[in-house]
Amino acid sequence: MAIVQLKDICKQFDGGEANAVDHFDLTTRDGEFVVLVGPSGCGKTTTMRMIAGLEEISKGELWIGDRNVDGIPAKDRDIAMVFQSYALYPHMSVRENMAFSLKLKKRPKAEITKAVNDAAEILGIQNLLDRKPKALSGGQRQRVALGRAIVRQPQVFLMDEPLSNLDAKMRVEMRAEIVKLHRKLGVTTFYVTHDQVEAMTMGQRIVVMRDGYIQQIDAPNALYERPVNMFVAGFIGTPSMNFLKARVDDASQRLIGEGFSIAMEKAHETALANHLGREVWAGVRPEHLDLVTDANAGTTDNQLTGTVEVIEPLGAVTIVQVRVGEHIVTAELDSHTSLAMGDPAALTCDSHKLHLFDAASEKTLLETSDSGKRTTGDAKTTTA
Amino acid sequence: MAHPNKQRSKQAAARLRSAALIGPAAVYLFIWMIVPLAMTVYYSFRRYNLIEPYIKGNAGFSNYANIITDPNFIAGIINTLILVVSCLVLTVMIGLAFAIVYNNDHVVGKNLLRTFAASPFFIMPVVTGLLWKNLMLNPSFGLLAALQRALGISPIAFLSKVPLASVIGIISWQWTPFAMLVLLASLSAIPEDIKEAAYLDGAGAWQTFRYIVLPQLGRSLYAVIMLETIFFLVIFGQIYVATSGGPGNASTNLPYYIYLQAFSSYDIGAASAGAVFAIILANIVAIFLVRMISANIREDS
Repeated sequence: MAIVQLKDICKQFDGGEANAVDHFDLTTRDGEFVVLVGPSGCGKTTTMRMIAGLEEISKGELWIGDRNVDGIPAKDRDIAMVFQSYALYPHMSVRENMAFSLKLKKRPKAEITKAVNDAAEILGIQNLLDRKPKALSGGQRQRVALGRAIVRQPQVFLMDEPLSNLDAKMRVEMRAEIVKLHRKLGVTTFYVTHDQVEAMTMGQRIVVMRDGYIQQIDAPNALYERPVNMFVAGFIGTPSMNFLKARVDDASQRLIGEGFSIAMEKAHETALANHLGREVWAGVRPEHLDLVTDANAGTTDNQLTGTVEVIEPLGAVTIVQVRVGEHIVTAELDSHTSLAMGDPAALTCDSHKLHLFDAASEKTLLETSDSGKRTTGDAKTTTA
Repeated sequence: MAHPNKQRSKQAAARLRSAALIGPAAVYLFIWMIVPLAMTVYYSFRRYNLIEPYIKGNAGFSNYANIITDPNFIAGIINTLILVVSCLVLTVMIGLAFAIVYNNDHVVGKNLLRTFAASPFFIMPVVTGLLWKNLMLNPSFGLLAALQRALGISPIAFLSKVPLASVIGIISWQWTPFAMLVLLASLSAIPEDIKEAAYLDGAGAWQTFRYIVLPQLGRSLYAVIMLETIFFLVIFGQIYVATSGGPGNASTNLPYYIYLQAFSSYDIGAASAGAVFAIILANIVAIFLVRMISANIREDS
């Protein structure tokens, strides 16, 4: 267990123009579960490989515990990594796979046997110890890969998209299992994924990355409630947040666009003080939209009107896409909605849950949490 | 049950169909393998010399007795074994070394170098023999002679002084690329992340090679050794051109001995007896080869 400090780390590949990872700055808590999340090519795996010692750090310092590990070879960094492909040694049995690192360290036989058996017990794979990886299912291989990391009793776990090769059901199962395992062992863990659901459900803190830059570091709920820019807002949450280009109308104190009109909150007035009469992005999550019916017609004057284009019943809820002006607005509605394709529909939203972003910089205009604010200083926020 | 006749005719049709499908292969094997084999065995028990075709009759085991007591035959067997084992060791070790070098991403121009390194394999055996005999090993105007003179050593007449070693060198030169190509394919198929995992587990370069890479090369090493053994047992062209089995019997192997019996002594009976020995020798290797292949098929299914 250790605190890991990444101090202003940059990575530039040979022949690459831009930094693959740009000024990555993060200090973990002891035993924290940190998730690095972002679309492919955002630098999350490169960051992890630098921590592992598989890639050199171009600039910056990396501390694990009280050691600067720059120049310390991977095997002496006291870390263990779980690979996306599991990277089990195909010619070795499960037992040999797990024992390999200890065997190289020339630990006594009895100690190795005990360590392997203990790890196998934690993961429930005692009955697989004499099998070859080939004879295992995906979930079992995943457990063996975790076991190989556990036996070393490292200070830091690194997991590189460990669940992406599993089927959906197994993924949910292993997700819970890894979280439980982390709670039991209390080892500082870095977990890389491109799946925001995995990030939200597993991470104590989440680092959202894009194009090598950190966008925001925050707890799952803070990311959801107070995204610092449109990228984070759109990345976290399914279905994604709707973005509407709206004009801030001074006279009526409303956000107005084609097909919709939303009243401003008190909090918005200060946020939008400099944007009166100009355009901003209004963000609203699909789960915060509701259908206007006879019952609630009088209680709200926030209206988004358009025609229904797509209806996706999911059982518990129904996802509806409504064309509002030039925008397609996705709404998560009650599953008993009577809407049909082509129907006119009126949606309403809660102004409290509205997000506002600058039209040019795409940064939030609302209050952010402290940790969020600190990390957005040089964040790159233009959309591609 | 209701139509037992119909069912029986259906079965007969199925049998006929499978016979028709297997038939051509069976006929092919019969004509090209069983017939020559049977004739060889038959002639090995006959008196049959092309110079004295009128002397015929059953020879019993006399052809076998004659070649077993022939010192040239014993030398041929010993030379064959020396040749096979040394060439195996040389081609596999050098081939593996080359494969490791060309599998490394940091080697500059490795694609071009790899093509050069593979080229000897695509030269005909007779041309290889001529190339080495005249261009490389010739004591008056060969390349090696020139090198030796440049170093102030008087040139060695390789083919007459160390004939078997020279043949081993020539054949290893030709067959190293084969080992290299097979092992290179196998090396590049080892996923990078397994080596990275070993590195993180604390394995150094040698340990990674010893415990991770080498075990995964096992199967292709086995295949290389088996196939090369079979090819090395029947080496002929290079010896025919470069040394003609000489001086004396110094570089005569079993195939060349059989050739001499058949087309120098014109003794078809003795040549056939020698060929039966060769068949036995080759089959010992083939048994292992077939076993390996069937084990592979079993494991894959």
